[in-house]
Amino acid sequence: MEVDEPTGIYPSATELDRTESEVIEALKKRSQQPIPDPDEWLDEELKRNILLTSVDAILNWARRSSLWPVVCFPACCAFELITTAASRFDISRFGMEIIRASPRQADLMITAGTLTWKMAPQVRRIYDQMPEPKWVIAMGACAISGGIFRSSYSVVPGYNRIVPVDVYVPGCPPRPEALLYGIKMLQHKVSKGSIATEGREE
Amino acid sequence: MAIKTEPFVLNLGPVHPSTHGVFRMRTTLDGEVVVDMEPVFGYLHRGIEKLAEERTYTGVIPLTDRLDYLASMSNNLAYVLAVEKLAGTTVPERAEYLRVIMAELQRIASHLIAVGAFLNDCGAFMTPILYMIREREKILDLFDMVCGQRLTYNYMRVGGVSHDIPDEFLPALDKFVRRMPGFIDEYDRLLEKNEILLVRAKGVGILPKELAINISAGGPVLRGSGVKWDIRKADPYSVYDRFEFDIPTGTVGDCYDRYRVRIEEMRQSVRIIKQAMEQLPLGAVKSEVPHLIRPPVGEAYAHIEAPKGELGFYLVSDNSIAPYRCAIRAPSLINLTALRDMVRGWKVADAIATFGSIDICMGEVDR
Amino acid sequence: MTVALSGQEIADKLDKQFPGGIVESSQDSLVVNSEFLLMVATFLKDTPDLDFNYLTAITAVDYYDYFEVVYRLTSMEHNHSLVVKTRCYERANPTLPSVVSLWRGADFQEREIYDLMGISFDGHPNLKRLFLWQGFKGHPLRRDYW
Repeated sequence: MEVDEPTGIYPSATELDRTESEVIEALKKRSQQPIPDPDEWLDEELKRNILLTSVDAILNWARRSSLWPVVCFPACCAFELITTAASRFDISRFGMEIIRASPRQADLMITAGTLTWKMAPQVRRIYDQMPEPKWVIAMGACAISGGIFRSSYSVVPGYNRIVPVDVYVPGCPPRPEALLYGIKMLQHKVSKGSIATEGREE
Repeated sequence: MAIKTEPFVLNLGPVHPSTHGVFRMRTTLDGEVVVDMEPVFGYLHRGIEKLAEERTYTGVIPLTDRLDYLASMSNNLAYVLAVEKLAGTTVPERAEYLRVIMAELQRIASHLIAVGAFLNDCGAFMTPILYMIREREKILDLFDMVCGQRLTYNYMRVGGVSHDIPDEFLPALDKFVRRMPGFIDEYDRLLEKNEILLVRAKGVGILPKELAINISAGGPVLRGSGVKWDIRKADPYSVYDRFEFDIPTGTVGDCYDRYRVRIEEMRQSVRIIKQAMEQLPLGAVKSEVPHLIRPPVGEAYAHIEAPKGELGFYLVSDNSIAPYRCAIRAPSLINLTALRDMVRGWKVADAIATFGSIDICMGEVDR
Repeated sequence: MTVALSGQEIADKLDKQFPGGIVESSQDSLVVNSEFLLMVATFLKDTPDLDFNYLTAITAVDYYDYFEVVYRLTSMEHNHSLVVKTRCYERANPTLPSVVSLWRGADFQEREIYDLMGISFDGHPNLKRLFLWQGFKGHPLRRDYW
């Protein structure tokens, strides 16, 4: 077999760098305000159709008992997430059996680490590739507001500039027990959802 | 009849379950064989060196925790040694011994994750890393007893350590140290002659001795290639010259040698901790330093043998309360220099295993 | 113990070989003119009783009038170390020769200095930004960045 030169369908390394930097600058310009948190579920007067209540109950029970997280491991909080998934503080007893590598098969993104502007388009891409319904837990101080690095020139001040966040878990890093409490709060939120109000606009 | 083929550019992207953190490799492949590779980093660049110029000398210690987040005690120790050299502070004996105990416990914890993640990359999906996290939890409980934190400790201070150990620490440490060699033997029994590990790791990712010295590698990467250089013996800091321990080295410089060096280093660390516990004196744990440290004009460089290599801090002072320049010599960044040479000609799976055996931490590479 | 060699003794040896190359020398370090940097580095690496085969670190500091780049060299054979410094007085586009041909460990460190301080290195095979993206304006670690 002879190996030829690439036919030009692949851009060169400098081209790739240039397009990447254009995407980063465009995202930076667009993300100057935080995305509002999805909190319609707190509104107690949601009209609940009598036909949908038991369907809702079963669907919500199924969804909250089998949340599968996606791999999103930038920094230090990743190791508290890994220890939470290990045998001492097991998250698989809450249904989160495997941390899925492919976003197409996951429905929860636990953001564990500081977000920089260079990484932000990739995180947004992973979020967009997850199918509905999906939830985001912002884990750690860096994910909530930029944390100890907030005044740096390359850190995004909080994941809610890039993706809408459902639950915030404070700590630096949060202990595994704190993360489990955050997951329990998310399960409580999921149990209050309804398919009548589905179809979140981006 | 010859089949016409083309190279294929594959992006082993920043989000990948096997890369240790957000590291991107742009590989050019011919089938499964890697022809060329370009590493891209910066996805975790948080500007720690710039932030350090705006904080006081003691306020930089929490920032240094987050550099190599698997070995926070070592990072704290290197920074605090540099400030003490600059300001001329002395450290009481008990604090020196406590620092050595914490640094060696931290070395064991970091190597446990390193070996576990390497085996994860070699294909033993979760079993070794779950066993190693079981031991690591015991070490994290000891650290929790001392300073209240599990991952980013902020324990060392300029002139000593921040708190003394509580009464329950020494019995718990004694129990750990008596049982740990048994656990290391358990890992050896399961893994040393395991056929799959031997095929995946022996002869893969070879780093020759001359190249290892030329790229300024350090830590198990350098010692796995046969160079007997350890800063604890070559340029002893703190009280390391009072302990007896060996330096394990490899012969060939492949992934299996680096794995064996790490396992042996864990045994030597247990030996050092036993000796430190016997020699631990009573006394103060922190010498008197002013609240806002103002060292004289000058510069200092201090280096230690961190679990990943030689970690150094270069501090320049201009007699104010914040450092003028805090430069960090990160071992993981420099160990990565030869990754391209180690990976070319091998398959994609070998590239992942080689990368896992170098053991980097992106917080340190990107700072 | 690693013996830190005195800058003054090495300066005397180097002055005979490269007249005019040494700007100043002291107990801790040795400041070299930037045009002589590559020759001095080659001499330090190749002379048998100096034999500095391990480059520990390269860092750059921004004093407002000049940039100072600090090279820390170590010899594993003889267990001694030396600090060599060099200065660039230009602010707009400072350049220095690259030592990648002598010690490959300088590769990523010089790219980092280019990215964060703005000092270019002649002879580096792949000098582009390492941590920040290509379109980033400015060099953050300079003292006048913000």
